[in-house]
Amino acid sequence: MKNRVVCYFSAAQSEQPIIYQLIKDYDLIVNILKADINPQKEGYLVVELEGEREKYKSGVDYLKSLGIHVEPLSETVIWSEEICIQCGACSSFCPTQALDLDRETMMISFNNSKCIVCGMCLDCCPTRAIKLYFEVREAV
Amino acid sequence: MAHQKTYEEINEKIKRGEAVVVTAEEVIDIVEEQGLEKAAREIDVVTTGTFGPMCSSGVFLNFGHSRPRIKMSKVWLNGVEAYAGIAAVDAYLGAAQLPENDPENKVYPGRFSYGGGHVIHDLLAGKEIRLEAIGYGTDCYPNKKVDTIIKLEDLNEAVLFNPRNAYQNYNCAINLSDRTIYTYMGIVKPNLGNASYSTSGQLSPLLNDPYYKTIGVGTRIFLGGGIGYVAWNGTQHHPNVLRGENGVPKVGAGTLAVIGDLKQMDPNWLVGLSYIGYGATMAVGIGIPIPILDEEILSYAAVKDEDIYCPIVDYSEGYPYGKSIDLGFANFKELKSGKITIDGKQVISTPQSSIYRARKIAGTLKEWIKAGSFEISKPVAPLPSADANIEFKSIPERNPNGNR
Repeated sequence: MKNRVVCYFSAAQSEQPIIYQLIKDYDLIVNILKADINPQKEGYLVVELEGEREKYKSGVDYLKSLGIHVEPLSETVIWSEEICIQCGACSSFCPTQALDLDRETMMISFNNSKCIVCGMCLDCCPTRAIKLYFEVREAV
Repeated sequence: MAHQKTYEEINEKIKRGEAVVVTAEEVIDIVEEQGLEKAAREIDVVTTGTFGPMCSSGVFLNFGHSRPRIKMSKVWLNGVEAYAGIAAVDAYLGAAQLPENDPENKVYPGRFSYGGGHVIHDLLAGKEIRLEAIGYGTDCYPNKKVDTIIKLEDLNEAVLFNPRNAYQNYNCAINLSDRTIYTYMGIVKPNLGNASYSTSGQLSPLLNDPYYKTIGVGTRIFLGGGIGYVAWNGTQHHPNVLRGENGVPKVGAGTLAVIGDLKQMDPNWLVGLSYIGYGATMAVGIGIPIPILDEEILSYAAVKDEDIYCPIVDYSEGYPYGKSIDLGFANFKELKSGKITIDGKQVISTPQSSIYRARKIAGTLKEWIKAGSFEISKPVAPLPSADANIEFKSIPERNPNGNR
């Protein structure tokens, strides 16, 4: 199984080599997407964990046993209307019509509730008006 | 005899605030309702507009002199090189130029997040730009290095000069291969996954004056949110191509070289673009007024999307390797509807060129003319038209070392 999670560290926990343990002891594929970890300070790690179901579960249990908060990552797509030039190119890449080109007005609109955060739109926008945000709350 | 107007008569009406001005979309219904003859008597000017990526764009800059003076041999603006092989403190910054050390497509597909077009937009937006220049030093220009911060207002001149803009018609790009391709027409998905086109169709300047009867050297235009002029035909201007019965080219044809003072333009209408896997470029806003001198000119300006065709071109093999693969034509009504049919398959079609923005340009130009602040101009020389005998050349393959 594969999941994206956010791990929140306290200051003491940030000293632990947890990535090393996840790879060596739990045989997980670890892909760090974003991190803010500083010695002696609280921080967070946005990480993609991939491995066999049992190993994945014990890996996450290991993190929790250290007192690290593990939460599913919530990602969100932000469309910036001020940057968008209304070309419409993104609308052929959005599988759910969250980004939709009104064929009368030829204007793009973005409906966040339809967005499944697949990320297809990010690359095709020539003005880079569409961005992916990781929602990370203040570290505990 | 059919009614005729002169440029001077139309300008008199503009000055009096009495000119009848409509956009190239509005004119369609008016002509259908009133007929050509009546509409041609009534309408003085039809305004057009286009806003899309136009790589062949750039700006001539004069920085003023440093103390001591420098003869700049290399110039960079925010790390993007401008061509300095002209006089001491002149340079030309191209829209498609990339920063030094840009990773380009080394990690494919490259991001191309910043380039010359972005620098032009930032300059226009009043942002601070790092100017670096080196020179080899001469008796008259002893300085060898400049490293400073400039803004647009610090420059003596900033003249937008775009060697090829406003392409009269363009390909509709599709992908017949089994892998995603990254092109200047955007991302094109494999196995006819999507179709990408790029003109404003019935609003596009040169599609409304297909034989360049009113658009020529010296024509005053909307350029980048300010006023500019047609300087010449654009590069690759090729008017003698396949045309429909309505005179509209069915493939890429005429182009325009345009010029204007960057300092009176607006950053909303010159926008840096990043095409993943392809490069950086700039979206340019252009609007051209078409004076309705007679019925014939009005008949061209009343052209409709369904009567404008463009060729469907494969960008996996056909375009890059010059292979002729006949996929037929699509008309702009279908393209704008969002679906075209190729080989019996329905393909989603999306634009690269912003129709919404093109409408805004045509509308703005209409307001300028109605308010009397923008007069039309008679070309000082015509552009080569369909009767020209221009050959579309390729690079000759010759051995620089002679025969061996």
